[in-house]
Amino acid sequence: MIDKLDAAFRFHREALHLRAERQEVLAANIAHADTPNYKARDFDFGARLSEAVERGRASSSVSMATTSSRHLAGQAQATAGHDLQYRVPHQSSLDGNTVEMDVERVAFADNALRYESNLTLINAKIKSLLSAVQP
Amino acid sequence: MNIFDVAGSAMTAQSQRMNVTASNLANAESVAGPDGQPYRAKQVVFEVAASGRRDIGGVRVSGVIEDPSPAKLVFDPKSPHANAQGYVAMPNVNVVEEMTNMISASRSYQANVEVLNTAKTLMVKTLTIGQ
Repeated sequence: MIDKLDAAFRFHREALHLRAERQEVLAANIAHADTPNYKARDFDFGARLSEAVERGRASSSVSMATTSSRHLAGQAQATAGHDLQYRVPHQSSLDGNTVEMDVERVAFADNALRYESNLTLINAKIKSLLSAVQP
Repeated sequence: MNIFDVAGSAMTAQSQRMNVTASNLANAESVAGPDGQPYRAKQVVFEVAASGRRDIGGVRVSGVIEDPSPAKLVFDPKSPHANAQGYVAMPNVNVVEEMTNMISASRSYQANVEVLNTAKTLMVKTLTIGQ
């Protein structure tokens, strides 16, 4: 029962998580609009989402290989920012900063809207599941 | 790292830049400071406050530097600060540069306020899931 509920919400949960993460990255870009040598970052949302849905979030953690049952299982969280990519600026600036405010603002607003639509979808899903369990 | 930290640190840094700009503009004509030398324009330097394991993070003001450009010399033999040739060393503040700096700081501050508002709206909406 519970795993079915989990499966029903899994896609939306991962999508919401990634949208929130992308929102943070874009907020950092906007915050660093005046920092010399800052490179604007972003990630491929679609690729990250399909990876998270197929293999789960745990795939980003690194575990040690064990050759004996008495070895300790070392679990290290891989750096979350390792798959962030650099944005290619349309116009380069003299101080090495690649943040373009218009691009970042558009991406930020777009991401916020998609986050909200994701919330709407989750609410609709919860409503439909609730109506299914009504006597 | 969260959006509130990042945008908040950026707002702090931009307001510090605005502070320095205000000081520069106010002292554009200050011939002598406490040390008897003309006022020197100051600039803030921003850097990334990387939060350990990630290379993105908030903004930090790494320092306030003095503009190394030479003082402007104005011919005014009547001034008590004039040198032997009658020239007075005026501050090296470029008023046009400071005004554009101020506008840029103000715009960046506004952008960060907007980021903060959007993040807050999203968070409030998230709290209403399932209601």
